[in-house]
Amino acid sequence: MGLFILRRLGVMLLTALCLTFIVFFLTNLYPNLEKLAKTQGNFRMSDAEVASYLEPRGYLDPMPVKFGRWLGVVPGWVTEGTDSDGNPRVTGRCFTTNTPDEERPTFCGVLQGDWGSSTVFKDEVSNIVSVRLAATGKLMGMVLLVMIPMALIVGVLAGMREGSKMDRSLSTFSIATTATPEYVSGVIFIAFLASSKNGISPWLVEMGWIDGKTLFLGSATKAVADASFWNFFLPVMTISLYGMGYIARMTRASMTEVMTAQYIRTARLKGVDFRDIVIKHALRNALIAPFTVIMLQVPWLLNGVVIVETLFNYKGFGWLLVQAAANNDIELLLAVSVVSVIVVLITQLISDIGYVFLNPRIRIS
Amino acid sequence: MTEQDYDGPILEIDQLSISFFTRLREIPAVMDFSVTVQPGEAVGLVGESGCGKSTVALGVMQDLGKNGRVVGGSIKFKGQDLGQMSMEELRNIRGSEIAMIYQEPMASLNPAMKIGKQLMEVPMIHQNMSQSDAYDRALQVVTDVKLPDPKRILNSYPHQLSGGQQQRIVIAMALMSEPSLLILDEPTTALDVTVEAAVVELVKDLGKKYGTSMLFISHNLGLVLETCDRICVMYSGEAVETGSIEDVFDKMQHPYTQALFRSIPLPGADKNARPLVAIPGNFPLPHERPNGCNFGPRCDYFEAGRCDEDTRIRMAPVEGDDRHASRCLKFNEIDWAAPLALAQTKTKGEIGEVVLSMKNLKKYYEVAANAMFGGGETKVVKANETLSFEARESETLAIVGESGCGKSTFAKVLMGLETATEGTITMNGKDIQDVPIESRDTKTIADVQMVFQNPFDTLNPSMTVGRQIIRALEIFKIGNTEAERRQRMLELLDLVKLPREFADRMPRQLSGGQKQRVGIARAFAGDARIVVADEPVSALDVSVQAAVTDLLMEIQREHKTTLLFISHDLSIVRYLSDRVMVMYLGHVVELGTTDQVFSPPYHPYTEALLSAVPIADTSIQKKHIVLEGDIPSAMNPPPGCPFQTRCGWKSQVPNGLCDKEVPPVRQLAEGHQVKCHLSDEKLAEMEPVIKIAAE
Repeated sequence: MGLFILRRLGVMLLTALCLTFIVFFLTNLYPNLEKLAKTQGNFRMSDAEVASYLEPRGYLDPMPVKFGRWLGVVPGWVTEGTDSDGNPRVTGRCFTTNTPDEERPTFCGVLQGDWGSSTVFKDEVSNIVSVRLAATGKLMGMVLLVMIPMALIVGVLAGMREGSKMDRSLSTFSIATTATPEYVSGVIFIAFLASSKNGISPWLVEMGWIDGKTLFLGSATKAVADASFWNFFLPVMTISLYGMGYIARMTRASMTEVMTAQYIRTARLKGVDFRDIVIKHALRNALIAPFTVIMLQVPWLLNGVVIVETLFNYKGFGWLLVQAAANNDIELLLAVSVVSVIVVLITQLISDIGYVFLNPRIRIS
Repeated sequence: MTEQDYDGPILEIDQLSISFFTRLREIPAVMDFSVTVQPGEAVGLVGESGCGKSTVALGVMQDLGKNGRVVGGSIKFKGQDLGQMSMEELRNIRGSEIAMIYQEPMASLNPAMKIGKQLMEVPMIHQNMSQSDAYDRALQVVTDVKLPDPKRILNSYPHQLSGGQQQRIVIAMALMSEPSLLILDEPTTALDVTVEAAVVELVKDLGKKYGTSMLFISHNLGLVLETCDRICVMYSGEAVETGSIEDVFDKMQHPYTQALFRSIPLPGADKNARPLVAIPGNFPLPHERPNGCNFGPRCDYFEAGRCDEDTRIRMAPVEGDDRHASRCLKFNEIDWAAPLALAQTKTKGEIGEVVLSMKNLKKYYEVAANAMFGGGETKVVKANETLSFEARESETLAIVGESGCGKSTFAKVLMGLETATEGTITMNGKDIQDVPIESRDTKTIADVQMVFQNPFDTLNPSMTVGRQIIRALEIFKIGNTEAERRQRMLELLDLVKLPREFADRMPRQLSGGQKQRVGIARAFAGDARIVVADEPVSALDVSVQAAVTDLLMEIQREHKTTLLFISHDLSIVRYLSDRVMVMYLGHVVELGTTDQVFSPPYHPYTEALLSAVPIADTSIQKKHIVLEGDIPSAMNPPPGCPFQTRCGWKSQVPNGLCDKEVPPVRQLAEGHQVKCHLSDEKLAEMEPVIKIAAE
């Protein structure tokens, strides 16, 4: 087992490296850099001025060198030039002008823990990312807590008697939720539950059943620091519903298949009652397939987070990604991508390990 | 439910009719079926697939699914009508009073639940037993079914056991609460013959020990003869003949029963002198049953205007016999003793020169010890060990052995799907052991072809039959134009005796036997000189088997093909082969002509194999040899002789030689070789396994 995990970790690192290089390559294409120079300097720069802005900052060096610097395996650039007064000045990737010579490091990159700094937020990338990631972690955690049990229950209930009325209605429900993207359901939720003019809130207020103006809050900004049912319910539900339908469908398919298996007939003809057949005999077998799907769903939810966080103005990881992309914040964008890649790979690892535990047939002897 | 004193019949099925309802129509699966099982009695239910025998079993269990319904008659268990019971009452009876043993043990055990838990569940539900009592009971029953190391077994998952062990667990599960009625639905079909013999033995013993009545469902007449007291033959949803084993086997009173017996290879049948008689035509589909007698269209004694009248034919008792009845209008008129009108005797093809020869062929596989987490260490599976033999033109060489003996690996190496590890395969003077199929020339590929075991999976479901054969012709570069190939394809259909219209049909429109014929046509498309037939009839029904075997023989006679017939069914091997090669764990343990192999001296394994095969003839006496345990894994073979772990003669060899050395190949007679340490005197002492009792 240990060897297996080690090997998977190795593969993961390699994958992460390759994917990061692709992102790095794309964000460091010349037009992008030109845009960066113009936003940092001024928009009326001539081509020569752009080049003279990029050149001393190492942007025009060969791609592998730049990537190596970012990783921290190639010495950071050091440029000797003159400042506006004509005095000699040494600038470098790893230090500012006023750092004493002996404290200037040669390498500074991801490996040294230096993720660079964000041009939008004027802060260390690592700080920003960790804060936003924590916020999204909270959202995702809630989503998983709501979505998985709900999906499994719906799937199992629908699948245990294929073709029954319960199956038909629950299946319709899950298809409907999967078919409604977050940007549609989110908007519907806000209009219906979180508007003081439309939906049910005005009516509830009239009846005197709720204290505030609306049943739920349409903006989740405050939830980053202080989440409550009131301000957190809508974003969580929007993501959960979307993902839930899919997992429920998978669980149902797996459950119906298991329920027709011969060993279920064996159990039935042993005299086991229906409830015990479902709980003791079918459930574990039925969960093997959806487990992988659930784990695949996590990175997929990251997508949904981008939309929902923007929609509900929840300042998390997805929102950060939008900001970074919109403002051409190269280093932030890179960091966000790397973190996403790692999240995806880790969930895959968990899925593989978990699968082994659920399915005794591939348990290691 | 408490055990009451009840001395009537355990199970009484009276004029039962079961139908399945689809959107299109009602499909009657069982019609007017009656059978009675007395306490302690074993009743066999025999018939071909689709005749409704399993439906009867599920009907008894009242588990017909959503579409099935009992539409007439009654099923009484100990005098109570099962059809009138509530779900609650049924649940109480299932598993405690009536238990069932299924066809596929692997599929009927829950893969994610430990064996112990699955067993303990039964008494915990039905007798409110405590966990520890249930565990003790499970331990006892597992010991009863003769499984080694019961504690370890209770603590393992189904996939960790072999097929035979799994079936024993299923039996143990059925016996957990000592049921009064045991329903066995083809309990040994998925098992090897020697394992089957052991399981059947066990079931018989346990039946006696616990006094359980049994309903034994099987398509194998020999097996029913060995296990049951009474038999009920079913055809197309109806019981056609019931009676005691002796009456039905020796004094059959229904044409179908007779035809069935004539189509199975019994000792004495011979492919040239006394060929099998296949039942003509096909099994009628449930919604296409003829008027009157269902068997009418296929019956030799059919009388138009009488057998096809639109009235139901009733079961009629046979005078003078005990509860012997037949569903035939003419059974009193038919001369049952009349000898079989001999179909023309066929002359055997002259055996020609050597076509294929293998010398010291070895095939080893290296497998990672642990597939998923693949560690560094690998194990060597010795699938074939020093295989040497020759096969001649128009000769049938049978390769016999149980699963895991390496017969399929050998076929793969010959076909070029694998390359040999060592040794040579010479075909037509060319060495082909190292040439994988991709680099073989068209001629070689067309010369060695294969007929597969399962005709259902080996035809492309989305291509017409004709197209598939033409495709083979294209690959073999036969015919220059499409028209020529089409012509050749039609000829091939003639060759396998399929109507030419079949060229435009899809495989799903064909029955199993017809599909197998297409498979044969495809194999012979390039005038193959060597055809490897891998269990070509084992997936087919008895009545069809005879026809397909005959066809193979006939094509062989015409084309002088060398047939390598891989099988585990010794009856059929005895019937059709010229020479037999017996394999065990990758070794050839015996090789000789059919007569040499089927008469003493035997290799001990051949002896056991012969004894294990059930024979549907009451006049046959068999020596009883039951092999202990399972076939060892090829990954971890025993030292010395491969068969030593199960051999009954091991004690006869001095100095524990069997543990130490692989026996040398010994020539016993011209062309008869055996791999055994037994001395010549001991071998000479062996008695024939099968004896025809003097009448």
